Amino acid sequence: MQRFANPTRFLKIADSVLPWAGGVAAVALAVGLVLALFVSPADYQQGDTVRIMFVHVPAAWMAMFTYTFMAVASAVGLIWKHPLADLAAKSAAPIGAGFTLIALVTGCLWGQPMWGTWWVWDARLTSVLVLFFLYLGYIALWQAIDDPTRAAKAAAILALVGFVNVPIIKFSVDWWNTLHQPASVLKMGGPSIHPSMLWPLLIMALGFKAYFVSVLLVRLRAEIAARRVRSLRLVDAHD
Amino acid sequence: MLDMGGYGLFVWPAYAITAVVLVGILWASLRDGRRQRGLMDVLNAERRARRRMEPEA
Repeated sequence: MQRFANPTRFLKIADSVLPWAGGVAAVALAVGLVLALFVSPADYQQGDTVRIMFVHVPAAWMAMFTYTFMAVASAVGLIWKHPLADLAAKSAAPIGAGFTLIALVTGCLWGQPMWGTWWVWDARLTSVLVLFFLYLGYIALWQAIDDPTRAAKAAAILALVGFVNVPIIKFSVDWWNTLHQPASVLKMGGPSIHPSMLWPLLIMALGFKAYFVSVLLVRLRAEIAARRVRSLRLVDAHD
Repeated sequence: MLDMGGYGLFVWPAYAITAVVLVGILWASLRDGRRQRGLMDVLNAERRARRRMEPEA
């Protein structure tokens, strides 16, 4: 981790990783989309609405993964004062908010034909909506506080406190009576999805993960540049 | 295929919204990076110009 503490060295690593991450994202998403939309079969109960799962589920997984990433980065920033940790969390937040929005909206689009309702206040849906608000609150905190050091600290505390929501989301379908179905992939005994649907799902998940890495690196480079702009302006003001 | 077994009005918007959000975040991120690097280049150029104009000690 110390290797990444020097922004110049980190930028060199980011520049070499970014094309590969972008390439994996593009290929995985292209292959995944073809499999999801044209190759995988319709479900015997859900019909073709099952194809919504190939974007809804990976987006939901990434929504939780990204918040976990933010919480870990925030802890590293608070405890070890790693210079890039806070910027990594800040960079990840809009991506996570985007994934959460996709999960919520595609879930509604699946729910209307299948459940007969766009929304229900069950534990899973409500806790994911709370996650979306946590993302928005985190982003707003960074923008509301002028001093970057204070903003980083306040945002880090919010990220860590809000992390309790992530296991609540994961286990909500087990702890409460929910309309949302229980886990079909990450559960004891292994996945209960047929390979013809599991493979498109996993390939789309890989594409979303590679997309996250790519955009995170793009945003981190922008944040490092913004920090340098701020430093240059402060030096100019003192001159 | 467009009909998606009668569910086309739900399936295609789901993919469209996914694409809009992901492309939008990528585009905004690339734009922010270009803007910050442009500002950095301008500020560095101004500093160099000021140093050239300063009288030698």
